[in-house]
Parts: sequence; structure tokens; C-alpha cells
Amino acid sequence: MSPLTEKMFELLKQVQGYIYPNEIEVHWSILVVVYPYLTGLVAGAFILASLVKVFNVKELQPVYRLALLTALAFLIIAPLPLLLHLGHPERSYEIFLNPNFTSAMAMFGFVYAWYLMIVLLLEIWFTYRRDIILWAAQEKFPMRFIHRVLSLFSNDTSEEGLAFDKKVVKGITIIGIPSAFLLHGYVGFIFGSIKANPWWSSVLMPIVFLFSAIVSGIALVILLYMIITPFRGGKIEMKCLDRMASFLFYAVIVDFSLELLDFIHRLYESEESIKILSELVMNKLFISLGIIQVLLGMLFPLGMMIAIKLFRLEDELRKLFYFVSVILIQLGIFATRWNVVIGGQMFSKSFRGLTTFKMEITGIEGLLMTLLLLILPLVILSVLIKILPPWEKSPNIVLGEE
Amino acid sequence: MDRRKFSEKLFTLVASLTLIGKFYNKAKAQTPASDYDPSKHYYGMGIQIDKCIGCGRCVEACKDENSVPKEPFFFRTWVERYVIKKDGDVIVQNIDPRINDASVGVNEKDMLRSFFVPKLCNQCDHPPCVQVCPVGATFKTVDGVILVDDKRCIGCRYCIQACPYGARYLHPETETADKCTFCYHRITKGLLPACVEVCPTQARIFGDVKATASPLSRFKRMNKLHVLKPSLNTEPKVMYSNLDGEVR
Repeated sequence: MSPLTEKMFELLKQVQGYIYPNEIEVHWSILVVVYPYLTGLVAGAFILASLVKVFNVKELQPVYRLALLTALAFLIIAPLPLLLHLGHPERSYEIFLNPNFTSAMAMFGFVYAWYLMIVLLLEIWFTYRRDIILWAAQEKFPMRFIHRVLSLFSNDTSEEGLAFDKKVVKGITIIGIPSAFLLHGYVGFIFGSIKANPWWSSVLMPIVFLFSAIVSGIALVILLYMIITPFRGGKIEMKCLDRMASFLFYAVIVDFSLELLDFIHRLYESEESIKILSELVMNKLFISLGIIQVLLGMLFPLGMMIAIKLFRLEDELRKLFYFVSVILIQLGIFATRWNVVIGGQMFSKSFRGLTTFKMEITGIEGLLMTLLLLILPLVILSVLIKILPPWEKSPNIVLGEE
Repeated sequence: MDRRKFSEKLFTLVASLTLIGKFYNKAKAQTPASDYDPSKHYYGMGIQIDKCIGCGRCVEACKDENSVPKEPFFFRTWVERYVIKKDGDVIVQNIDPRINDASVGVNEKDMLRSFFVPKLCNQCDHPPCVQVCPVGATFKTVDGVILVDDKRCIGCRYCIQACPYGARYLHPETETADKCTFCYHRITKGLLPACVEVCPTQARIFGDVKATASPLSRFKRMNKLHVLKPSLNTEPKVMYSNLDGEVR
């Protein structure tokens, strides 16, 4: 007996009620949980960065470049879990060469390429262009070479050039916001458009995905900012932190309201699937949804942020509250992705039974691989920060200029 | 002509003939062997619930005919047993002997009604699996059958998620999606699908949905018909007679 079959016989003992015989295998495993989690962070971090350029939120200037680099680092890794999950990764190029235009998934290649090439890389390049040239002028090999290549051998450090850069960046950001919406809304659509699955099939799905993306992205940038700044001997700017937390607060409220609306709507409509979905929530998702996603991931952080707003806590305590909140929010959003992806496969489409998901530790779809995929973007980010320091001012630029 | 020139010319001639022969063979292999014209057919299946005795021969025949793994987690077709109790409880089982024995553990006195339901891919006219396949590896043929090209399938499993009937699985050897093809290799030769061929009670009736005089058209004329999950608008071409409301 193969290990797969052995595992299935083991799972069979834990099936409650009746499931279709082909449903014993949970087809989209933890890697498919990681994918929307990563793209969510990308979209969220980018939207935070756009607040600076499009809406002129000056307080967020210290994290603007960090947010952009974070989005890039996570975007580079985002397709990896999908690729690893495929039965035939060597054929993945077919999605680009022979896309089926009625498939939401086939659009992946285009949305991804658009976002990476047109939005993120261009915006980062124009943001850094002049600085890179100035850095290269003062450096030795190999950094000098790296920066020369990254600047695409541009030499223009004039004020007119800089003004042009700024104009372009603003333009890209304006295209970038709908693109970020597209990137993550589209991921939600992949699930929301599956009419066979009542847990997924919801018109709200893309919007819920989007707002949870914004929540997770802002929370991640706050977390990174709070960790990295003391490490490099800097001081956390409370104005910036408060402003980010304020945006986070409103995003969590919208996200929470949308999910609550979805929940009430389902209960009120009480369709054919409601019985099995209630069993799913009470039985299989109680901890990951009730405790981690809602209580720890939303209500707790909301409570802390309300406390901060009400009681005008002092800086150190505020920092502590923020820090704990953003960690809990990350945990909560990961649980959100888990509950959508894994939860949606734990009940039978016969609506008569529940199955179980057993995560492996090793192996391609295992826990260790998941951790690796979650750490990899941070490694890439640290390299990006080395090459393109987000806070270092270039020598000839007057402070306050960006 | 000296010997060297002669052997050069001979070599060129042989090489050219080999190449031409190769191309000719390839071209020949691509032309259909038979005079089968898919545009003249549009297949469907009728299932008479009252005739199914739950013997499971269709399942075995299908597994043998189509190299479906024998383990009870991979099925192109399967048979469900429904027991509806007097207190309203419904018990459903896959009758596969590798998982369940023949007993349902319900006292006969407590039973209200009981029946078997053969299940398979519904060969939907609006197939959600075809809609979602990112690379077009799953497609609908001219004669109305949904097939998977296992040379193109990337194994993303989106089609498995999109199928409302649980009719698809990932083949553990090919790592590609697999499902009932109505035994396409047989029907294009004028044979019946393996499950239909072996059914001892003729519970399964295969044929052209548009034919006017055929066992399937008779089945459609003589019975009240129903399809599975009609609200999803998948328009199945597998039709059931006397389908119970409890069946999903």
C-alpha cells in the first residue's frame, strides 16, 4: 500500500457522516493557504505605500520605501507555493502560453506580471533612481557595480530628472492602487466564483479578501518597522506609528463588518448548505475561526486599539499594545486564509458529512516547507534593504526631500 | 561517376526516402482510422434508480477498463446506498466492499425506504470544470463528452474543486485530474461504456440524447426525469428516473 493510500485509510476513520468517495483527499493543502496570505501582504503593503504618494499622508513617509520593498519581497515568493503545489510544475508555463480565458486562475500570469513589472518594479526604480546614482558614485566594487546596473546606467541627477521621477511615481501609484485591488480581489474571485462550494461561493469574497489583505499588509509593515528601527539604532517615530495604526484600525473595522455581514447573510438566507456549514464551524473550525481568527485576530486587537484611542496611553505602552496587536492580527489573517481554503474542503459537497485535514511535517506540502515559504520573503527583504536602504538619505539631497 | 560520388548520392537518396517515409507515417497516423464522425453524436446516459441492485459490477468494470486505482478513494463511477429511516434520518454509504460491508446497521422495522444510486461524471452541458481549467486541459468534445488531456493538465486541481458532484480525482500515478469519459475509447468505436455493458439489470442506458428511436429516447419518453443539483445550472447529461429528493 502506498503512503498516500495508507493516509487515506487513516483519514477514512475520521470521516463524519457521508462524503463522496473522491473527497477524502483535501486537494488544496497548506501551500494554497500560504499563497493568498502572501499576496494579501503584498497588496496591503503596497496600499499603505500609496497612501503617502496619492493621498499625501506625510506622517507615513518613514515607512514608504520599506513598504514598497516589503511588497516586492513577498511578491517574488508569492507564486512559489502555487508552483510547488502543482502535480506538474514543469508544465506551469502553459498558463502563460495557452491560457484558458474563462478560467480565473489562468489570469494569474497576467495579473502577476502586470503587478510585478509595471507597478512595483517601476515604482521602486523611479523612487530610488537618483539615490542609486549618487550611492554608486561614492562606492567601491561590488556595490558600485550593483548600483550602476540597478540604475540602468542612468546618469541624470538633475532637479528636472527628479521632478520627472516624482511625477512618474505618482502616476504609477494611481495605476497601482487599482492593480493592488485587482491582485488580491482576483485571488478572492478564484474562491468566490466556485458555485459548487457554498463556503466559498460569495460575491463578498473578493472584497473580504481585499480588506483582510490591507489589514495584514499594514500590520506587517508596522511589525517590520518596529523590529528593524531599534536594530539599526533609529528611533521609532510615534507620529508615523500612530497614523499607521489608525489606518489599521479602520481597515480592521471594515474587514470585520464585511465578514460579519457575510456571516449574518448566510444565517439569514439559511440555504440548503447551512446545516453542514454550521457543523463545519462548530466542529472543525471552532478554534481556527472562533478563537484565532475572530477573538485573537480581530476582537482583541480592536479592543487594544480602542483602549489606545480612549485612554491616551503613554508612548512605551502604546508601542507594546501596537506590537502585540499586529502580531495577533498576522496570526488572525493567516487563520482567515486557513479557514477559507482548508475549511472549504472539510465538508462534503453532498452536504452530508465532514472530513479531516492532516498536515504533514516534512514533505513538499508540509509544515516545514510552509515555514520556509514564510521566512523566504523576509530573507529577500533583508537583501533588498542591504542593496536599497529604505532610510538612508543620499548625500546631496536636502532632508525632507524624497 | 566515381565510387565516392555514387555513395554520396546513394546516402542522400536513402536519407530523403527515410524522412519522406517518416512524414508519411505521421500524417497517416493523424487521420482517423475509422469513419467516426463526432458531429453526428451527442451522448448522454439514463439511470433507472429502481433497477439498480447495488451489485457494484459497474464500478469494477470501470476500474478495470480505465486503469482507475483499485483503492476505494478513486472512482470514475460509484454506487451509493440510501436508507431513509422512519424517524427521518438518512444514511448514505458508498457500497464499495473495500470500505463498507453489506449491512447498514439499521433494523428493517425502522426503515422507511431504501435504494441505490449510481453516480458518475454528469458530462454537464455547462461544465464548471471546463470553465475553470487554467490551461484548457479539460475540454468538451463535439459529441458532448468532457475529457481531460493528461499531457497538458498541470495538476492544479481547480477542476476538482469546481465539480459539484465529486466526480473528479487526482490520479496518483499521472498526477493529473481524472474522471469518467463515458469510455470514450469504446463509444467512438460503436461500443457501450464498460459500466453499461456489464450492468445485469440495464439500470444504465447509454446513447445519443438527440436520437429519436433508441433505448435512451425510450427511457426519456417513459419516465419522469431529474438531474442532480439542477439549481447550479450545470445542465447534466446524466438523467435519473425516480430520483429521490434526498439524493445530492
